[in-house]
Parts: sequence; C-alpha cells; structure tokens
Amino acid sequence: MTPRHQIGEPVRRNEDARLLTGRALFVDDVRLDGMLHVAFLRSQHAHARLVSVDAAAARTRAGVVAVYTAADLGDYWRPGPLLVPPPPIPGLVFNACTQVPLARDKLRHMGEAVAMVVAESRYVAEDALDDIIVETENLPPVVDLEAALAPGAARVHEHLPSNVAAHAVQRKGDYARAKTRAHAVIKRRFRYDRGASAAIENRAVVAQWDARAEELTVWDTTQAPIPIRNGLAQMLGLLESQVRVVAPFVGGGFGPKIMMFYPEEVLVPWAAMRLGRSVKWCEDRQENFFATTQERGQIHDAELAVAKDGKILGVRDVFLHDTGAYDPYGLTVPINSQCTLLGPYDIPSYESEFTAVFTNKTIVTPVRGAGRQHGVFVIERLLDFAARELGLDRAEIRRRNLLRPEQFPFNNEILFQDSAPLTYDSGNYEPALDAALKVIDYHRFVREEQPRFRAAGRHVGIGVVCYVEGTGIGPYEGARVTVEPSGRVRLATGVGTQGQGHFTVFAQIIAEVLGVDVTDVHVITGDTREFHWGTGTFASRGAVVAGSACHAAAARVRDKILELASRELEAAPADLVLENGRVHVRGVPDAGVALGALALKANPLRGAVRPGTEPGLEATAYFGPDRGSTASGVHAMLVEVDPETAQVEIKRYVVVHDCGRVINPMIVEGQIQGGVAHGIGNAFYEQLVYDDEGQLLNASFMDYLLPTATDVPNVETTHRETPSPLNPLGVKGVGEAGAIPTGALFAQAVEDALAGTGLEIREIPLSPNRLFELMHEARGAAT
Amino acid sequence: MKPAPFTYHCPGTVEEALALLAEHGGEAKPLAGGQSLIPAMNFRLARPTALVDLNRIAELSYVRAERAGLTLGAMTRQRAVERSAAVARAAPLLAEAMPWIAHPQIRNRGTVGGSVAHADPSAELPAVLLALEARLRARSAAGERSIPAGEFFKGMLETALGPDELLVEIALPRPPQRSGTAFLEVARRYGDYAMVGVAVVVTLDQRGRCSAARIALLSVGDGPVLAQAAGEILAGQIPSEQLLRSAADAAATRDIDPPSDIHASAAYRRQLAAVLTRRALVRAFERAGQGAVPSG
Repeated sequence: MTPRHQIGEPVRRNEDARLLTGRALFVDDVRLDGMLHVAFLRSQHAHARLVSVDAAAARTRAGVVAVYTAADLGDYWRPGPLLVPPPPIPGLVFNACTQVPLARDKLRHMGEAVAMVVAESRYVAEDALDDIIVETENLPPVVDLEAALAPGAARVHEHLPSNVAAHAVQRKGDYARAKTRAHAVIKRRFRYDRGASAAIENRAVVAQWDARAEELTVWDTTQAPIPIRNGLAQMLGLLESQVRVVAPFVGGGFGPKIMMFYPEEVLVPWAAMRLGRSVKWCEDRQENFFATTQERGQIHDAELAVAKDGKILGVRDVFLHDTGAYDPYGLTVPINSQCTLLGPYDIPSYESEFTAVFTNKTIVTPVRGAGRQHGVFVIERLLDFAARELGLDRAEIRRRNLLRPEQFPFNNEILFQDSAPLTYDSGNYEPALDAALKVIDYHRFVREEQPRFRAAGRHVGIGVVCYVEGTGIGPYEGARVTVEPSGRVRLATGVGTQGQGHFTVFAQIIAEVLGVDVTDVHVITGDTREFHWGTGTFASRGAVVAGSACHAAAARVRDKILELASRELEAAPADLVLENGRVHVRGVPDAGVALGALALKANPLRGAVRPGTEPGLEATAYFGPDRGSTASGVHAMLVEVDPETAQVEIKRYVVVHDCGRVINPMIVEGQIQGGVAHGIGNAFYEQLVYDDEGQLLNASFMDYLLPTATDVPNVETTHRETPSPLNPLGVKGVGEAGAIPTGALFAQAVEDALAGTGLEIREIPLSPNRLFELMHEARGAAT
Repeated sequence: MKPAPFTYHCPGTVEEALALLAEHGGEAKPLAGGQSLIPAMNFRLARPTALVDLNRIAELSYVRAERAGLTLGAMTRQRAVERSAAVARAAPLLAEAMPWIAHPQIRNRGTVGGSVAHADPSAELPAVLLALEARLRARSAAGERSIPAGEFFKGMLETALGPDELLVEIALPRPPQRSGTAFLEVARRYGDYAMVGVAVVVTLDQRGRCSAARIALLSVGDGPVLAQAAGEILAGQIPSEQLLRSAADAAATRDIDPPSDIHASAAYRRQLAAVLTRRALVRAFERAGQGAVPSG
C-alpha cells in the first residue's frame, strides 16, 4: 500500500543507492576521448603589480598543448558580471569591482589565476607551471580591515579613492530617542570570522565542443547551471540552445559554487572550442583554499538600549565587512548580517551601518548562513550581557522580547538581500524556546546540576540562543512533470543538487499529488537540456521555490489525468481517486485504470487529439514567491571546559526548529545535523589564518581544521511546524539553519562554564589557544 | 597537487635497497608507509628524483619479544604494533601511545621506522623511544651501527642517518622492576598532531623513592625533548603531589623552549606541558606500584 500522505514521512532517499554504490556521476567522472587537462599558475603574492608573464618555455615542454595569459585572451578578457546588484537602499554607496579571468595588470589576492596551462595530463600541466616566469613589483598588502580604511592605505582598486566597496545605512524607528529612555546601554565590540565552505568535492569543469553539431557541453560543479549556460552563450557568441550545462551530482555546494563566473568556468569552455578538444580542470584542495570564494570576518561596534525589565528599546550597530579583492556578489553577506541581527525579537528601533572593505584576500561570497551568523552573534551576546547587567536569566530576557504570534506578518521596515522589505511571514517563537528549555532541562541544570558540578571541581556550562533565517527567496523556479507509459513519473527541474535530497523531496511532493509511490518518481535536476528556466540552488530555497513549482506542475498533470480518466471511467472527476499509480472511482477500487495506460491513451499513434488539449500527461509550471519565508529556531547546548588545558567538550546539543511544514523529517534532521557541524567548525575549529602579508597560512586540511565525526555531537532535534502563507505547501527553507546560531551559543555556554572568572567572549572562532589567552587576560584583569 | 617526476624502484631485500640508495647518492628517498612523504611530494615540497619502495621487503616487518627486550622491524605497520600482545606486555608505554598516532587508516599504512626516520617533532614515536632509551639499528652498503635514541634525533626532520643509511630495527630494553609509564597528549582534534604530548617512564626503588624518571615531550621543540631538570627534581625523592607539580613546572619552564604556531602559542604550550607532565607523572607513579600519589 502506498501511504496516503507522502509529505511529512521520513522517506528513505531515492538517490542514496546511486551515491553509496559509486554509480552517481560527478564531474571528475567525465572522461572523454583525447581530453586535455588544465593547471593554473596562481599568484604567490597578495598584492603586486604584474610586470610580465613569460610562458615561452612552458609552451615548448613536451605534452603541453597551450598556455594562455591575459594577453592571449584578446577581447574575451573582461571582468565578470555583477551577480547580485545591491538593494535600493537610500544613500547607498556601492563600487562594483568584479573578478577577472586572468590577472592582467595587478595581482589582488594570493591564488588569483595568472596563466592557464593545457596539457596532455595534469602532471605535465603542473610541471609546466614551473617554466613560466612571472615578474612582479610588490605592493603593500591590504589585510586588516581598519588599516585598509586608514588615510594613505594602499588601494586594492586604484581607480577608487579608497578601499570602501560599499557603505549602507538602514534605520527603523528612532534609536537616539530610545537610548535616552534606556535603563542600561550595553556596548561592546565584537569580531566574528567565518571560513571556507570546504565541500567534500572541490570545483571542476569539463567542456566539450562538438564541431559537427555546433554544440558546447559543459559539466560544471555549479549550483546555478542555467545562468552559467546563458552567460557562456553570451560570452562565446552562441545561442543559448547551443550550450548545454550539466551540473550532475555535486559533492556539496554551501554557497561558493554559485559564484559567477569563476575564471575557470570562463576559460575551460573557451579553450575547448579554441583547441577543438575536450578540456578538464579539477580544482585541488590547495587551490580551493585560494580560488574558491569564502566567508571571513566582520568587526561590529554594537550597543543595545534596554529597559529595566529587559525589554529591548533599540539596537545600534556599526560594522566593517571584509569583501575580499572583488565584490561580484554585491551586498548579500553584509545585508544578511544587518537583517538577521533583528532575530525573532521585537526591536522597536534599529540603526545599522556597514562599510564593506576591499582587501587583498580571496573573494567573499555566501557560505552556508551567509553572514547571518555574524548578526545573530551580535544580538545574542548583547542580550547575554544585558541579562547579566540586569540580573535576569538568559532565557527569560529572550522570552520577554520574542515576537508574539499575533504580530505576523511582521514588517521590520528595512530591506532584505532580495531587495524586498524584511517581513516575517509567520512564526511562533515562545513555544520553541519552551521546548528547547524543556528538552535540555535548562532550569534544573542551572538550579541543581551546575552547582553540583562546580562543587566537584567541574566546569559545565549551558547556553540557549534564538535566531531566524530568511529563506526561500525568488525570483522563481520551474518544473516539468510527465507521466510515462510505464506508469513512472518523470520530473525535470532547473535547480541543481548538491546532496540536499532533491530526488526524494521533490518526488514526495509529486507522489502525494499523483498518488504514486515515491520510488516511481524519477527526478532530473541540473541539466539545461532537460530544463532551462530557473536560477539555482541557494538561500535555502530548493524545497520552497522549486518544491512549490513541482507541486503546481503535478497539480496540472493531476487535472489532465482526472479529465482523461473521467471519460475513460465515465465518472465525474470529483468521484475519482488517485492511488497506487491508478485512478479509480471512489468506493470501487477494482474498476480503475493505471496511470501508464492513461499516458498511452493521451499520446495516440492514430486518431485525433481533441481540440484544445495537449498530448501526453505532462505539464510545466513555475513558482515565484513575492518574498522569502522566515524559518526560526532555538539551539541549546551543554559544554564542559577543562580550565587547565582550555579543552572544550560538547556534551549535548539540542535544536528546536521550525521550517514550516516538514516534507521529510529525516532530511530536515540531516540538514540540521550538517549545519550544526558547520557551525561547530565555525565556532571552535575553522579559521582562515592570513598573515600581515596576506598569505593564507593554513591552506590544507592538516591545518584548516574541519570538525570530524568525533568532534560533532549527535544533535537532538525537535520539529515545530508553523506553515508559511507564502506558498501552497506551507514550507520554509532549512539548508542553513543549523549553522547560524552555533557561534553565539558556543560562546555563551563556554562563558557560563567559566562563570565567575570574569571571562567575556566577544569573538568567534575560539580555539583552545584563544580561550587560554582570554582566560589569562580575564585573570589579569581580576587581579 | 601532483608530484614532480621521479623514478621508482621496488627492491625485494635490504641489500638491494641499500645498493639503490648508494647508487643515487642522497637523491633517492626510501618510501615506507608514505603517510608523510607522499603528501609532501604532492605539494612539491619534497622532490626526490627516485623513490626506493621498502614495502616488498618482508624481512623488515616483525615484532620480537626477547630476553633483552623488544625489537621491531622498521617496516612493521603501526597498527600491528598497536595490536601486538607482545608490545602491550613488554612496552606498555609504546602500546599506550600508538592509538594517538593519527587515525586507524593512517596507522594501517604507516610504519614505525618511517615515523622515526621522518623525525617530525610533533610525532609520538620519537618521544616514546627517547623516554624508553631505545636503540636504533641502521644499515648501509658499508655496514651496520646501533644508535641510542638520545643521539638519533638531530633536529627538525633531521636524524643521525646518513643519506645511504636505512633504519632497519628499533630495539627497546626491558623495563626495570617497579617502573611505571604513561603517555598523554592534547591535540586540536582526535588524530591531529599534538599541540603538546608527553611520555613518562618512572622507576621506584625498594623504599618507594623515585630512582629514575625519564620525561620526553613532543611538539615543544625541533625534536623530542628530554626534560632533564624535571627528572633531577624527582630523582631520589618520594613522590608527592607537590613534588610532581614542581617537576612538571620545571619541565614546562626550564626544559623546553616551545615554538608558537597557528594552533598554539609558546605560552599555551608551556601551560599544556606543565599540566600534561603532572597528570602523566601521577599516572606513571600509580602504575609503578605505589597506588595513589599522596598529597602534600
């Protein structure tokens, strides 16, 4: 029996059999006859004038087919597009400086591509890199955010008057007035640093030009195959239909794989057309640290005006954002920080000002959470310090400020990253806080257990934080659903997949509408030949936007099925039931017809298709929400700290999460568990360490520490479902949720474990070494 | 991340391997488990013109418990040592340290001789061998010699081995009666190189006094460091909490001059060295047959 409801069930993933048995195609699996291999010569300097590049010797090395420098690209050399234009914020300053395919006059960050070697093997290509002579004049590197803005600082882009990439102010209410009424004003400086996405699969591009068919096929690890196709067609002077981009299975996206265009995506297809041979480039892990976009640091000077009862009167925040050497992704990351700071709280006045700063470091674009972490850290820490100042419990000060259910939709009166007003569609925050406190047994811990641990000389701390996540933004996605004569259902959609479970979640949505088994829905994603309208997989929007398109397309197919079946079965459509891959008259399960048989009838070989109808049981539909839906959650954690060694052990991790209606709880739990792993990495293990020269000191997994299975606790997840009114499924996104509040939570819990020592944590990431230093400083201040 | 070109040789006997090393006059690298050498080659940080692969030399892989002590063939896999009952009996310190070496997958390939000859200052085995007063047997086409661990480690990735010499065997003497050992380390994650580690061997005399204490620290210098000042504080004394604390503090302040890197500052390393040495000493003295170390 097919379960009546496919949505909401922990259905096992359709794609896992292929993934786990090694039968899933990844870009590096593409091996073509006569395929050539690419290696890039990359800048060793953070900031230098590029005087000359001499590739003559490399071109003569046996096995080398071509070497390209910026000069060899001719008119094809041009800076990349501005991928995300900034929202229309009044008074906004924005200086667009987008990345270049190969450095021409200047080297602006370590790892920037300087020359491209195409050879018979990757080994030979790498050997040839040593043959290229690069002459440079070093310039002072722009590394530190504050120093970058000092008068007379070296400029990353010399045509600009300074290193300011953007300046934006958003306001709500009257903060200055709120401050005069405050019982206390909590004011601190915070630093929040983020890291690499560190997907298990690095980037890769394979391109094949078929001269007879005049078709270019590109396999790309991109999160946005359709925009890549359209952009490549334009750059290469081809029709969009002459370019096919395939994003097959991709081993993790997390944001950086939607950067457009990476130099390698521009150059590999161009070289394949020019050379008439297939060309492959696979990024190695070391390149990934320099050449794939990252997230990094912000410095916030923030203050919270608070009443005696803990009610927030207003927040003011001024921050610097490191955007790296170029800013093709516009202001998405700092605007997410700015917007997400408001969290689930009723904040009547807000004044937020940021300056995005060019530095000689790898480009910053969204990484899972995309700046939201930074904002959450600031507000949550301010609340912690306010609670201490006012003598309030940490959970209680949050409760007093949460938005109430009747306040939705709630307009925050500032603009979000998608240029729409930051309006929360729905939410029910207080029960989520209560649930988290209950699961972790907060009050008993604070009252009974913690003192007992302390008496035994153990330092165990608890933390609880709240957050929201703007998800599921537009513009739109599409889906085409087809019932085949076999009775199996085929879905083609434009969003690519990087492990999220699209093959199952989309199948569940369609299976529920059409009354078929989930395993009978065959999903095709990320191939522009199959579907070429859409944008991509980002901003926790797959289930919301593409999922809603799947639902709409399936509903139209259902209408077609009912119309045809009502003629076949001589019954009114309202009396028909779709179940187990068949249509039957209600109450008469034996008198029915299989969907496959109907599909065959809908596409006859002889006779006539009735006027006004279309052949087949197929429909295409699109979905575009007006604005994003806002998911929310509460995370709580127990940690134990060894104050002698500054080692931290996470003992429990509790998540109460609300992403609207849950399509597949198992997949949601997986997303949260994975997000928390990213968050723990961000909080305690991962940091991109640049020295004063702009050199990245830890560009390998030996020194860039990802948390492993032994470092990540099993997350105890509770689902709450407050449906979104913005889509027919009532769903909200979940892809980034787990990663967002972890830094704030970790800081609070560790500080609590060491309560009484005067330690105040105002920065993430921590490391044992940094924690040791902070404890040392706190001791020094206390004596 | 592909290695620069090299030639590959795969001898079947020690003699053949030594002949190849002599032939290449220092340009060849012996390949043991490859867990450090191969990544270094892929980063092109190491560019040997030839590799002499030792993995087919069966005669170099053994664990032998003998009257005089324990001997390990240089090509014995770390995992085999970790699981050896003979090692657990004859050299419990070595057995205790083995699981701290990286991850099981790495220990399946990594060899004891490879780790020792690589002489990474944050590796566990060099410190353990130093604490245990091991001897290292080296052979070349010209002959054979036995080198005490205290003279084998010469500095950062440097040993007493000549370019044509091969480490063939590690010999561990039998521990004296009434001795106890302990190994502790702190790493960022399970399996990472230690920020600090310590290997301790202590021996008690009939009256319960410490007759000898060898404390070897790792990741605090350019090789394993023997904490001599700490050892002198302990010698001839009845162990007490206070004595162990002052020995540990001496190890951290007088015996080492630790480096700073992105994971740990010198100050943090000193703190870890003091704490780990104290904790390891407590454990080692308890194991030496005393029961709990008295306070005061």
